[in-house]
Amino acid sequence: MPDPVVQIENVSKAFGATRALDQIAFSVSAGELFGLVGPDGAGKSTLFRILVSLLEADRGVVRVLGLDPVGDLWALRRQVGYMPGRFALYGDLTVRENLEFFAAVFGTSVEAEYTSIAPIYQQIERFADRRAGALSGGMKQKLALCCALVHRPAMLFLDEPTTGVDAVSRREFWDLLGTLRDSGLTTIVSTPYMDEAMRCDRVALMQTGRILAIDDPTRLGARFPRPLFGVHTRDRRRVLDLLRTLPLVTSVFPFGDIVHVSTARVTAHGDDLSDAALAEHLRDGLVAAGLGDAEVRPIDAGIEDLFMELMGTESTGAAS
Amino acid sequence: MMWRALQVMMEKEFKQILRDTVISRMLFVMPLIQLAVLANAATFEVKRAALWVVDLDQTPVATAMVDRLTASGRFYIAGSGMSPAQGERSLLDGRATAVLTIPQGFARDIGTSGRSTVQLVLNAVNGSQAGVTQGYATQIIARYAAELGARGAGPQGQSPTARPSVRPMVEVRTRGWYNASLDYRRFMVPGILVQLITMIGTLMTALNIVREKEAGTLEQLNVAPLSPGTFIAGKLLPLWIISLGVFSAGLLIAVFGFDVPMEGSLLLLYAGAALFLVGALGVGLWISTIADTQQQALFVTFAVLMVYILMSGLFTPVRGMPEWVRTLAQANPLLQFIALTRAIMLRGAEAMDVWREFLALGLIGPTVLALAIRQSRKSVA
Repeated sequence: MPDPVVQIENVSKAFGATRALDQIAFSVSAGELFGLVGPDGAGKSTLFRILVSLLEADRGVVRVLGLDPVGDLWALRRQVGYMPGRFALYGDLTVRENLEFFAAVFGTSVEAEYTSIAPIYQQIERFADRRAGALSGGMKQKLALCCALVHRPAMLFLDEPTTGVDAVSRREFWDLLGTLRDSGLTTIVSTPYMDEAMRCDRVALMQTGRILAIDDPTRLGARFPRPLFGVHTRDRRRVLDLLRTLPLVTSVFPFGDIVHVSTARVTAHGDDLSDAALAEHLRDGLVAAGLGDAEVRPIDAGIEDLFMELMGTESTGAAS
Repeated sequence: MMWRALQVMMEKEFKQILRDTVISRMLFVMPLIQLAVLANAATFEVKRAALWVVDLDQTPVATAMVDRLTASGRFYIAGSGMSPAQGERSLLDGRATAVLTIPQGFARDIGTSGRSTVQLVLNAVNGSQAGVTQGYATQIIARYAAELGARGAGPQGQSPTARPSVRPMVEVRTRGWYNASLDYRRFMVPGILVQLITMIGTLMTALNIVREKEAGTLEQLNVAPLSPGTFIAGKLLPLWIISLGVFSAGLLIAVFGFDVPMEGSLLLLYAGAALFLVGALGVGLWISTIADTQQQALFVTFAVLMVYILMSGLFTPVRGMPEWVRTLAQANPLLQFIALTRAIMLRGAEAMDVWREFLALGLIGPTVLALAIRQSRKSVA
């Protein structure tokens, strides 16, 4: 494995009594697309702000591109691109003017960097003379990405770049990130969306300032510790309530039309049950309650199931 | 590279300010409105006072005196009668602001002794207004008396050596420091001009930087390799230039619209303005470091400006304030610059005459700016 581009050890940060980050540690290799996944308040933005030298950690070691964000602040700022959590460009300047401004602030020009930003800029170039404030959400994010890339940074930090953006634009944006990854640019991106997490090389699941797990997103599901079943039903509310009362059931979460149910494998009598037997057990319970139309099927756990499991909280609301 | 960044920063600021239709319109219209409205509203001039006349003399001399008062345009007759009690009532119920009582034998006394008294009772609720009204009346009556004297005779044909004079006796708490003949507009306009650029300079600076905070663009700029010095210079220089532009516009309006004389050196005046603005923008910068939203910035700015203006001697004389306030007020750049502007514009003061004000501005401005820059570094890092 090549030398890590970002290395973080035991980083903690508190705001008053709130522990925003608690002993965070991970490293990111060159060329990796690394995702920070977690709900609002998980500490993702705070971590970004520490990594890009806007905030100082209370404790721990941070190295970005081998530089210390506190001591080597100016050297670091020249080499990283950062897209803050909300749209942070000048709405009253045009697309072109925003780009030119940020290029100049970084000591370069749009002309000089054109080839490196062209793949993205071409998608918004026809709006070059439109004020940035008048762009759609997706276009704004593309412009922000352009501005973050205009000085050809060695590494990119994107804080929830697709929050508040429509589904199509989200996909387009992630396609661009894929292109950037293919060109070898190391990127750390945060997102609250699990489908986006799947497009990262590795993700760190974050919750209230701590990292719950770090892995390839496709492998994270396999860490789910118990059998998992999907229950298809029309009468979701009653099925949810009933499942929670059945023996062996450990968690019940609604995922759109499907209800995800995890169970213990070993009964009170010490019998170790197979998936099929457990599914049968659930089905029997549903039929006995007059919910015989529900279908029960063993399923593979996804990243979201693991997330719910690690968070250790049971939610009754829609989780996706 | 730093120069290039500064240039780009300034270019961006100008573009943004000029594109903001509300702000750019305000920049052009505010001087006009402030000068036009405030200069007229802030005068202590009393246009036409309601006068109640109790003429117990009923002679041509007395009638002529009343005519003089009304002909001056300063008074109009709200009513008249022979009853002093009725006159008093008119004052109480607000029909009149002044009651002139001419005693019986008024004309005769002038004719014989050359002296007489009239009584002027004023509604002194508004003290300054009463003072001015009293001043007008005294002046008009004295002039009339002098005229009678110049004619050399009272109505009864006295010898020219007996110089008659009318001595109005006025029962009001007098305010000796009023000069009723002063043209307040001339006096007020330079002060309002100063207050105007203070408001524009301080408010625009505070709002401008806080707006970038609110929009999140400040964070974007903070990760750029842009030194705090370049950032602050890039922010303040355009606003400094714009404020001087507004000052120029106001100056043109003052000189050509209000006939305010420009006796002294224009260069000296601009030197003072340039120096003064350093402090005004510094205060704006300081406000921007403690405010997170434009609302907060607006609130703090007005709180600060209020103290500034009240302690500047513009609307309320500092002379009447306690000793310690007067001492403190010397550190008010607004007070110094108003004094400077009035001295240069009205009196034609030269550098030697106003070195104290320049020294004060030269100390205050850079100190405030330095403190604000220190504070802003703290809040950014």
